[in-house]
Amino acid sequence: MSPDAPVEPLVAVEDLHTYYGKSHILHGVSLCVGKGEVVGLLGRNGVGKSTTLKTIMGLIHPDRGKVLLDGTPITGLPAHKLARRGIGYVPEDRRIFRLLTVMENLRTGLDRHGVTDARKRELLDKVFAFFPVLAERRNQAGGTLSGGEQQMLAIARAIMLEPRIILLDEPTEGLMPRMVSQIREIIAVLNREGVAILLVEQNVPLTLEASQRVYIMEKGAVRHHAAAAELKVGDAVIHQYLGV
Amino acid sequence: MLELLDAIPYDQILIQTLNGIVTGMILALIASGLTLIFGIMDVVNFAHGELFMLGAYIGVVVLATSGSFWLALLIATLVVALLGAALQITTLRPLLGRDPLTTILATFGISLVLQNYALWQFGPVARKIQEPFTGHFTLFYLEYPFYRLLIAALSAAIIGGFWLFLKHGTFGIWIRATTQDRVMAQAMGIPVPWVHTAVFAIGAGMAAASGVLFGPLVGVNHAMGLDWILKAFIVVVVGGMGSLGGSIAASIFISLLEAYASIWVSPAQAVIVSFVVLILTLLFRPTGLFVPTPK
Repeated sequence: MSPDAPVEPLVAVEDLHTYYGKSHILHGVSLCVGKGEVVGLLGRNGVGKSTTLKTIMGLIHPDRGKVLLDGTPITGLPAHKLARRGIGYVPEDRRIFRLLTVMENLRTGLDRHGVTDARKRELLDKVFAFFPVLAERRNQAGGTLSGGEQQMLAIARAIMLEPRIILLDEPTEGLMPRMVSQIREIIAVLNREGVAILLVEQNVPLTLEASQRVYIMEKGAVRHHAAAAELKVGDAVIHQYLGV
Repeated sequence: MLELLDAIPYDQILIQTLNGIVTGMILALIASGLTLIFGIMDVVNFAHGELFMLGAYIGVVVLATSGSFWLALLIATLVVALLGAALQITTLRPLLGRDPLTTILATFGISLVLQNYALWQFGPVARKIQEPFTGHFTLFYLEYPFYRLLIAALSAAIIGGFWLFLKHGTFGIWIRATTQDRVMAQAMGIPVPWVHTAVFAIGAGMAAASGVLFGPLVGVNHAMGLDWILKAFIVVVVGGMGSLGGSIAASIFISLLEAYASIWVSPAQAVIVSFVVLILTLLFRPTGLFVPTPK
């Protein structure tokens, strides 16, 4: 029933065990994301979806298990090195640098060694075309933006790293429907450009529509793995694990 | 009414305003390093006064060998900045994320070691740094040294330059981003451990520069850091922990208050003013006098 693993895995997670202090959060999570693939990660609150993303990003170090990027182990590397190797992270609470302007927020990812001025211009033009409101507010402090605008900024900021994969944690949480469809569109555009996405969401229809494959987590482990096309919102398995 | 106006010692007030600004600028230079280090890595650096003292001593040594005050200022700043980087890497970096008490003990230990090193190396007798020029101008009944004005101007220039660096450079953005959200800064590829080291080095260098600048006004001895670190802590708290602008404003505010107070009481008693301000701040506005009201 499980779909085939992607031919060329970009990020592979093998048997991750992560603790917060004494509480055992991840009980052997394994999953993989292929090059240019959108993969959904579903599950109720508190099953370890965000922890999985943080562990991949190197923000939490697992006690056991491996994270591979292009087949090379990256477990235990600090987050800043992973960001430079092409992993972008859009956290659940957005974590905009509130006192930095929109432009400065973008520059945290843009001012890297080896990026030419022309390339910087291109990247900025790209995100400003996606999110014209960010161009309008480029000199405004990040903390003054609305929730939806902060979400756009968080995604735009990750794009500045020219990532090969973006870890997207509940991007539509608390957003107006119009914003939700804009996020959906961005995922599609990034995917067309060959960026892989690991999407954690509570919004099941959006996840099934945007993803190629879906993992469903429960109690710190992956319980179900399917091609997104094989699942429908009302399926028993969705109901069983997500209660919707 | 007229008699009351006559009783105000205008000349003394003007002189003390000048004095207050001069010490305020030096204090601001010390305190901005302290507040920056606290703001970015939650480290309360008890060794900051000793970095100031060490800067002054290196100034004494370089001045004695080269004869150039400016070379002394430059070399003391650079050497202490490097020392600061080395201290941060060896002592503070391994403690990142631990109980803040461990970093307090570590910096307190560094401060004791540096103080006693200075005592051992240079002895208990105070040394003097000769000011680079000795011109005076007449202010009422007083011959006011130009050098004091130069201290204020140079401190302002160093702080101003640093502010521009924070505001416009890529590295400034890195520092501000790391101050606001260390974890997200790291996820954006900012090498946070090195940002910490660099900030500690910059703070140490600024302390050393103020040590050399202030050396000509007081004797240089192994305990000179103690007075200043205490005052610097007061202004950091009064200005709002971690707020650079707040610390600068509080430095000048408290130095002016002390200067005015010493018109009527002895300078030793005038110090009480800063403690009163500290206590009032902690009672009524513990987030700091010079930061916006927290929401």
